Amino acid sequence: MALTEDKGERHPRAPLAPWLRGTLVTLGSISVTMLGLLLVTFVIGRVMPIDPVLAIVGERASQSTYDAVYEQLGLDKPIIVQFLYYLGDVVRGDFGMSLLNARPVSEDIARVFPATLELATLGTLIGVFLGVPLGVIAAVRRGSWIDQIARVVALVGYSMPIFWLGLMGLLIFYGILGWVGGPGRLDIFYQDIVPSRTGMILLDSAIAGEWGVFRNAFSHIVLPASLLGYYSLAYISRMTRSFMLEQMSAEYVTTARVKGMSERAVIWGHAFKNIRVQLITVIALSYANLLEGSVLTEIIFSWPGIGSYITTALLSADMNAVLGGTVVIGLIFICLNIFSDLLYKVFDPRSK
Amino acid sequence: MNAMNRLLSGAVLGLAVALTAPMSAAWAETPPNMLVIANRIDDITTLDPAESFEFAGSDVSRNVYMKLVNFDPANLDAGYQPEIAESWTVSDDGKTITFTIREGLTFHSGNPVTAADVEFSLRRAVILNKTPAFILTQFGFTAENVEETIVADGNTVTITTDKPYATSFVLNCLTSTIGGIVDMKTVMENEVDGDMGNTWLKTNSAGSGAYKLVSWKPNESVTLEANPDFYLGAPNMERVIVRHVQESASQRLLLERGDIDVARNLNPEDIAGAAEAEGVKIYDELRGRLMYLAFSQKHPELSKPEVRQAMKYLVDYQGMQDSFLSGQYTIHQNFLPRTFLGAVDENPFTYDVEKAKELLAAAGVPEGLEIEAGVREAQERIEIAQTYQNALAQVGIKLNITVGTAKQILARYRARELDVYIGAWGPDYPDPHTNAGTFAYNPDNSDEAQATGLLAWRNSWDTGGLTEKTAAAVVENDRDKRVEMYAEIQSQFRETSPFAIMFQKIEQAAMRENVENLNLGGATTAVSYWPVTK
Repeated sequence: MALTEDKGERHPRAPLAPWLRGTLVTLGSISVTMLGLLLVTFVIGRVMPIDPVLAIVGERASQSTYDAVYEQLGLDKPIIVQFLYYLGDVVRGDFGMSLLNARPVSEDIARVFPATLELATLGTLIGVFLGVPLGVIAAVRRGSWIDQIARVVALVGYSMPIFWLGLMGLLIFYGILGWVGGPGRLDIFYQDIVPSRTGMILLDSAIAGEWGVFRNAFSHIVLPASLLGYYSLAYISRMTRSFMLEQMSAEYVTTARVKGMSERAVIWGHAFKNIRVQLITVIALSYANLLEGSVLTEIIFSWPGIGSYITTALLSADMNAVLGGTVVIGLIFICLNIFSDLLYKVFDPRSK
Repeated sequence: MNAMNRLLSGAVLGLAVALTAPMSAAWAETPPNMLVIANRIDDITTLDPAESFEFAGSDVSRNVYMKLVNFDPANLDAGYQPEIAESWTVSDDGKTITFTIREGLTFHSGNPVTAADVEFSLRRAVILNKTPAFILTQFGFTAENVEETIVADGNTVTITTDKPYATSFVLNCLTSTIGGIVDMKTVMENEVDGDMGNTWLKTNSAGSGAYKLVSWKPNESVTLEANPDFYLGAPNMERVIVRHVQESASQRLLLERGDIDVARNLNPEDIAGAAEAEGVKIYDELRGRLMYLAFSQKHPELSKPEVRQAMKYLVDYQGMQDSFLSGQYTIHQNFLPRTFLGAVDENPFTYDVEKAKELLAAAGVPEGLEIEAGVREAQERIEIAQTYQNALAQVGIKLNITVGTAKQILARYRARELDVYIGAWGPDYPDPHTNAGTFAYNPDNSDEAQATGLLAWRNSWDTGGLTEKTAAAVVENDRDKRVEMYAEIQSQFRETSPFAIMFQKIEQAAMRENVENLNLGGATTAVSYWPVTK
C-alpha cells in the first residue's frame, strides 16, 4: 500500500490526451442534452391532457378496469419515480412497448425511420445540388433576372403551404400526367419482393439487383422528395446568397480580382471556400428538420415515416412511442452537430 | 387542420375532376384477382380475436376467423346463422346451449377444426380477460369456472350461463370478434410465458376463415391471402390488400387513377366529386354508430320532464342531415340502430321552436338559463354543438360549449359533471342489449355506484322502470316477444329519457364500377371480402 502511494507521489497523474478530453466533453454534453430532452418530454407527456389509460381500456370500461390499467402503467407512482424507471430502461436501449400496438417501440422506430431517412436524404440532396449553385449565382449576379427568380423561388418555398403544394403536385404529376407513382412507397405489384435489409427501398432494391422495384420506388419517392427538396432549396439558396454577398464585398475578393484571377477562380476558389463552414451548419439544420419527418407530406403521400408515427402516437396518447421517437430525433440532432463539428475541422484551418 | 384540409382538398380535387375527365379511360387497373382498399387502419392495436376491439381490426378478424354462429353478408337481416356450429339445442332451464360442430372444417394450418378448439378459444378469451372479454363474461363465465361452464365433449361444445338469458342474446354475442375460433395447436406452439399465444396472435393469425393474414404493418397495410379450402369455396379475390391512406384527397386520387378498388374514408366533398368520375360508383350502408345529446338529470331545470321534451324539439334534425352531415348520417331517434334486432323506425321529433317554448314555459324555466355542453374536438360534433347552440338561443337558453380532448370531456362526463354531452355511441356487439343495457339500464343511480360504463348513470337518470324492462328483455327467449319488448322500451325511452338520439351513421364507400358484392357489415358486423367479385 505504502509502495503504491510512494509511486503515486513520484509520478503525478498525466493530463488527459486532448483527443480523450475532447471525446469525454462531447460525451458529457450529449448525456446532459439527452437527459434534459428526456426529462422535458417526459414531464410534458405526463401533464398534457391526454389519457393513456383511456386509450387502452376504451371509453366504456368500468372504473375498476381503468384503475387496474392505471396501476399497471405505473401512473400511480410519483412522477420522478416513473421518470427514473423510464431512464433506466432507455439506458438499456429499451424504449418500452407501444401502449397501443403492444410492439416494442424500438422495432416500430426501426421500421418507420428508414422511410423518413430515405425521403429526407433525397430531399436534402435535391436542396443542396440545386440550392447552393442557385444561391451562388444569385449573389454573383445580384439584381439580375436570375437573382429575382431565386428570390421568388425562395419566397414561394417559404410561404406556400406544403399541404396544398403536395396535393397540387400529386394531382398534376400523378393524377393528370401519370409521370410519377401515387401515394405510398411502392405499387402493389412490387410489394414484398425485395427483402428488407436497410428498410430503405431504393437501397434494398439496388443491393438485390431488383431494378424494376428500384424504378418503381423511385417513381414514388421522386415527388415527395422534390417537394421537401424544394423547401430545403428555398432555405439553402437564400442562406447561400446572403453568405456569398458578404464574401463578395470583402477586400480579399477585390484583391484577387485586381491580381487578375478569373471570375470563376474568385467565386469558387476564394469566396465559396470561405462560406463552406457556414453552409455546413445550414445544410445540417435543414437535413435534421427533414429527418424529424414532415407530417403533412407523410400524410398526403401515405409515407409511413417517423413524423406521422409520432403524431399518431401523440394523438393516441401512446407516450412510450412519443418519447422513443423524440429520443431518436434528439440523437439525430446531436449526431449531425458532431458531424458538422468534424467537417468544420476539415474545412476551417483555424480549428486545426 | 381538418376544416382546412377539407376545404383545400375539395377545391384541389374539384379542379382535378375537370382536368382529368378526358383521360380517365386510360387509367390503370388493379389485378383481377386482387382487391385493393384504402382505409384508415391506424386504430388496429392487435389482431388477437380475444383482444381486438377496433373497427379496422374487426374487418380483418371477420375474414380470418370463423365463429360458432355468424352473419351471412348476403342477408344480414336474417340474423345469426350456423357456421362452425352446424346446429344447437337449448336445455329446458334455458341456461345450457349445446353446439354440434360441423365436420370437415380445417384451419389454415391444415389442422381440423374440433370441439376442443372451440372450447379452448372461448375459455382463452375469458381467461385472458382483455377489453372485449365482458361480451362473454356477462354470462357468468369466469377464469375460475370455465372448466365447468364451457365444455367440449366429442363433437359437441356445451356452454352454461349463470342465468337463463335469451338464446338470441347469447348467440348474437358469439358473432362478435371475441367469438373467433383459433387453432389451439398452432396458438399453443407459440405461447410465451403462459400468455396463451396472445403476443403471437397480435400480429399473426390461426383461423379457418376465408382469408389468412399475410402481414400487418401498423399504419401501413394489412395483407390477406385467400384460403382455398374455405368451407363456402375459395374466395374470388386471391389477395386483399388494405392500405392505410390517411387523407381523403389521396384516397380519391388513387381510386380515380385505378390504383385501388375501394376508398373507404372519403369526406362528403370527395364523395360528391368521386361520384362524377368515370368508372367510380358510390355505395351506402347503414352502420351502428349513433350521434346523441344527453342531459344531466342532476341539473334542476334539465331534469323536468317538459324540459327534456323541449330539448328534443330544439334539434334541427333535417337541417343538419341535409347540410354538413349530408350523406354521412341519417335521422334516427331510437337507441337501437336500424337493422338491429328490435330496431324501430319511429322519429317523432322535429325542429319546432314554438313547441319547445311552450314546454319550457310550462316547466317555468327562467329566462337567461345558462348550461354547459361538453364536446370532443371532432369537426362534425362541434358543428352539431354550434347548431344546437343557435337553436337554444332562440328560446333564451345560453349554451356554453366546452371543446376538449377525449380525456378532458370523457373524464367530466364519467364524473357526472356535464350539463349536456354531445357525442357518439357505437354498439359493442350485435345484440339489442348492447345499447339497451347502457342507455336504458341503471340499477343504482347513486354517485357511489360509480357505474361509469352506463350512459344512464353518467346522466344521473333513474330510468323510471326501464331498467327492469331491459333486464326482462335480455332473458326473454321468445324472439318475437323480445322484439316487442324492445319496441316498447324504446317508445318509453323516446318520450321520457334525457337522451336526444339524433342520427345513425351511413358509411359511404367509393369503389371502381367493376367491384361487386362488397358488404361493409351494416350495423351488426364488419366487412366481408369473400363474396367480392371484379
